[in-house]
Amino acid sequence: MAGSISNLGHNTAAKKNHSAGIRGIAKQSATSEARWIRWSLISIAMLFLALFLILPLVIVFTEAFAKGMGVYVAAITHPDAAAAIKLTLLAAAIAVPLNVVFGLAASWAIAKFQFKGKQIVITLIDLPFAVSPVVAGLIYMLLFGAQGLFGHWLMDHNVRIMFAVPGIVLATVFITFPFITRELIPLMQEQGKEQEEAAITLGANGWQMFFRVTLPSIKWALLYGIILCNARAMGEFGAVSVVSGKIRGQTNTMPLHIEILYNEYQFAAAFAVASLLALLALVTLVLKSALEWKAAREHEIAVLTAQAQ
Amino acid sequence: MSVLTSTDAVPHQQLQNKEPWVKKSVLPGFGLSFGYSTLYASLLVFIPLAALIVKSFGLPLDQLWDVVSNKRALASYRLTFGASFIGALINLIFGFILAWVLVRYKFPGKRIVDAVVDLPFALPTAVAGIALTALYAPNGWIGQWFALFGIKIAYTWIGVTIALTFIGLPFVVRTVQPVLADLEAEVEEAAASLGASRWQTFTRVLLPALLPSLLTGFALAFARAIGEYGSVVFISGNMPYRTEITPLLIMTKLEQFDYAGAAALGSVMLLFSFILLLLINLLQHWSHKRTGG
Repeated sequence: MAGSISNLGHNTAAKKNHSAGIRGIAKQSATSEARWIRWSLISIAMLFLALFLILPLVIVFTEAFAKGMGVYVAAITHPDAAAAIKLTLLAAAIAVPLNVVFGLAASWAIAKFQFKGKQIVITLIDLPFAVSPVVAGLIYMLLFGAQGLFGHWLMDHNVRIMFAVPGIVLATVFITFPFITRELIPLMQEQGKEQEEAAITLGANGWQMFFRVTLPSIKWALLYGIILCNARAMGEFGAVSVVSGKIRGQTNTMPLHIEILYNEYQFAAAFAVASLLALLALVTLVLKSALEWKAAREHEIAVLTAQAQ
Repeated sequence: MSVLTSTDAVPHQQLQNKEPWVKKSVLPGFGLSFGYSTLYASLLVFIPLAALIVKSFGLPLDQLWDVVSNKRALASYRLTFGASFIGALINLIFGFILAWVLVRYKFPGKRIVDAVVDLPFALPTAVAGIALTALYAPNGWIGQWFALFGIKIAYTWIGVTIALTFIGLPFVVRTVQPVLADLEAEVEEAAASLGASRWQTFTRVLLPALLPSLLTGFALAFARAIGEYGSVVFISGNMPYRTEITPLLIMTKLEQFDYAGAAALGSVMLLFSFILLLLINLLQHWSHKRTGG
């Protein structure tokens, strides 16, 4: 950490984030802080980050390999672990596409049309973000559990939702519900509807317009939403823990498997499985940054071309 | 079903004659997209949430009141709200410093730091939970130093606060960062050339402009922390009256098949989530008005 702070002194201009480099250079020291203040603020920020983010990440991997490579490999290749990995992938593979279709449909209706009560609709879509994961699991339990509203009917017809894959998928869908709309609505509102209107006027049908005009212009934001949605779907714990029943090898997802191993004091094994999810988190962050960079570049190019015309 | 079939079958031109609340447009697909999203959202989110409220009123009122206001429930609220508040406050201060450093200063590794800030969004809560517990347990990397002074972190309210700080960390940074980056340099230059000290410029010019986004970030971190379960259950030790958060109390009631009790507590949490969500929306509205001005 110290190395990253030491060679900071020579740059006095308080530069803005990515825009207006010229303005940054022209800036006077009257609008920046003394060197020692800058130095201390950066140190405080890095220390906070190291303590709260880096150390937890480091300990996952050290604990995972604490008992050696053999224990690590055994933990992640154990049949129960393999079943948990499979179930986690399956739940995400169902939940994410469902929310993508919903996200596209809802964003289209909200961003491209004017209707009354739009703000309320947007707030309602965000509701699952504010609801506790445990409450999210609970609501499905109250509907489909043995004592739930449809419990008897489901039992009579031999349909299992709770303590089975459908329940896990439902809980995952609920938790990741707003991820896609969150990314798409602001972007689609900003883009306006002139391009789509032009496509329709020139004779394109609805799907042609969607696949040739709308989708290409939102693809990065959509991908961004999918990546975040997927990370949350694979890592969800609270909601899934209510509805899964935690049957080993059957209804255990990776986070639930970690909990069981941890509670059985198999720490190295718990951290070994956790390290896989930590890797997923790291990959997510890398992809996310790459997409942000790509989107910023495209935006820059679009602005430059607009200026050139 | 009726939502989908009625709007789906009718071409949008006719739909708009019937439904005056949507403005006329040449673009197609409003009926299909709005109908489908409404159906999907109702089935998966709104009807189940309504079932929760209905279920909690299945209890007689005096019992309902007892479930949500007995000593154990009150103790869980105190811990949940108290620890969430302190966690959000820590994030307000350090998140602001982080956002400031990331926007205003140049230092090596800045892009990596910027990316790492989102780790709590990407790292599953159960992983965060066991990692933080391992760090802050009495024999852990950090916990052992506090143990020397007889301070316990894991399995106390302090541990709960640390977990809630972790999961709320990105909110303040990510709400303040864009606002800070968009602030016009001219305002600060004007303040400086009119003789304001750097501190005066900060408190009288910058802080008022950043206040709405700071409060929004605080409220988001607070709201996220209140519902949190995964990262807390490992580090809290889960002792009734002492380190039991409300979501865990709901879980306990479920495991005892006390569905009505769980629903009642769940409704209390849902009510608070809803109030917070409205508050956040108002704050964001205020923030947009300030910056969009």
